Amino acid sequence: MSAPILKVRDLKRDYVISGGMFGKSKLLHAVKGVSFDVERGSTLAVVGESGCGKSTLARMLTMIDPPTAGTIEIDGEGIDIAAHGVTREMRQAVQIVFQNPYGSLNPRQKIGAVLEEPLLLNTSMSAAERRDAALAMLEKVGLPPEHYGRYPHMFSGGQRQRVAIARAIMLRPKLLVLDEPVSALDLSVQAQILNLLRDLQDEFELTYVFISHDLSVVRYIADEVMVMYFGEAVEHGTRDQVFSDPQHDYTKTLFAATPRADVESIKKRLAAKPAA
Amino acid sequence: MALLEIRNLRVEFDTAAGPFRALDGVDYTVEGGEVLAIVGESGSGKSVAMLAVMGLLPESATVSADLMAFEGIDLRTMPAAERRKVIGKDIAMIFQEPIASLNPCFTIGFQLDEVLKAHTSLSRKARKDRVIELLESVGIPDPLRRVSAFPHQMSGGQCQRVMIAIATACEPKLLIADEPTTALDVTIQKQILDLLTDMQRDTGMGLIMITHDMGVVAETADRVVVQYKGKQMETADVLTLFENPSHPYTKALLSALPENATGDRLPTVADYEAMMQADVREVQP
Repeated sequence: MSAPILKVRDLKRDYVISGGMFGKSKLLHAVKGVSFDVERGSTLAVVGESGCGKSTLARMLTMIDPPTAGTIEIDGEGIDIAAHGVTREMRQAVQIVFQNPYGSLNPRQKIGAVLEEPLLLNTSMSAAERRDAALAMLEKVGLPPEHYGRYPHMFSGGQRQRVAIARAIMLRPKLLVLDEPVSALDLSVQAQILNLLRDLQDEFELTYVFISHDLSVVRYIADEVMVMYFGEAVEHGTRDQVFSDPQHDYTKTLFAATPRADVESIKKRLAAKPAA
Repeated sequence: MALLEIRNLRVEFDTAAGPFRALDGVDYTVEGGEVLAIVGESGSGKSVAMLAVMGLLPESATVSADLMAFEGIDLRTMPAAERRKVIGKDIAMIFQEPIASLNPCFTIGFQLDEVLKAHTSLSRKARKDRVIELLESVGIPDPLRRVSAFPHQMSGGQCQRVMIAIATACEPKLLIADEPTTALDVTIQKQILDLLTDMQRDTGMGLIMITHDMGVVAETADRVVVQYKGKQMETADVLTLFENPSHPYTKALLSALPENATGDRLPTVADYEAMMQADVREVQP
């Protein structure tokens, strides 16, 4: 693997919470100084429960929110949207897929338009070129070309998530942030989408930052795992390190709480039952 | 005698495109003290079945069954007033979205008291004590103060605890939990599942867990019903199901679990679809 494509150093983000008309406003430290690197073509999984700051991290990586402090470098270039705003080139470097495919597609936009919009805004391709690119991308994510002219409501959740993924990689981003991309999907559809993400990663050399609370999914897809707890990265290592030998207490709690669906654990539970 | 016995349950919805059959001839038997899990993906009819038992389906639904008996008494022929005495008292249900299931305009104490008022003859004072006792039993810290809290002042996990307190207020014989932990974090999920199984063990009530999560099934169930598109695929005790699933769909579901991934790719249900087509045809002459 080559030099890291994403370099994050001591990243912080505070939010001011209004205390109402008379109360004092409070400062919430959503992310408290996180540092990590991601290699090109690899997957970093960010794990944590609600309120741990993982989505705030995603918002900063995708240049939706500026960080309060710290630096983000993508492919060697520093990103500082608070000072310089976001350029087209920067937009093309990072894209995001959201959790809820029902909320993230405009119901009044046809799938073709959904896929072409990033090209329309960020490139100078002609209409015919955009159309060809969109049709090619539909095929890549496993949707037939006749879906080009359809509306989002005609699709199932899994198909919509395919469209959202297609839209995100239309610009051939260097980095793709996936914010709980399979949490809203059924188990069998989840498997299809995870397979698709694998294939696309191989084909386009994509780098993923995969945000999830589901450890079994993380174990399947991640190369490296970072566990967040109350805005801090409490554990960071390769997948095998973190799963076989978790260091931090919170990681251990998380593992202990995850339901286990293997025969041995069931036998153990059933054996313990009459004694209890 | 089984606690709940349902034979050949069918549910049809009237839609603009004609009748839609959500459930097609499913059977359930729950014994007292047993945990039955109903597993399936969206559209498998797992919630619809239990809503039919509770009588919570909308007008557009037509329910028919050969038998739908609770403690040997048929729920379908029971007069409405009688049925209302059973539902909420002997059979209780909790839902997926704890915050949405509670009324935001009333304190949790009031909402708990409502159940006791409807189903018991306790005095005002006795009910007040019972509310505190119930909140304590589901592990709400400082119940004396929390009794006057509104749902929005509590976390999702705590709201689900309150829902469980409401459902168990009258010591039901059967508790139906419809995806009780889907909206919750894993550590909170663990706490809620432990609470449910402990309560079930202590009171000896029957518990029906509706879920799509094989992990939850493995952690809680005694017996499992697997459903797919309104039909029953397989009924087995939990160990047999995981050790030796007989139906292709069950196999597909289990192998789609990321932790069971053997190679580079996850097998999907689509891979099994052909097999299943053949199987379904066999079942339906």
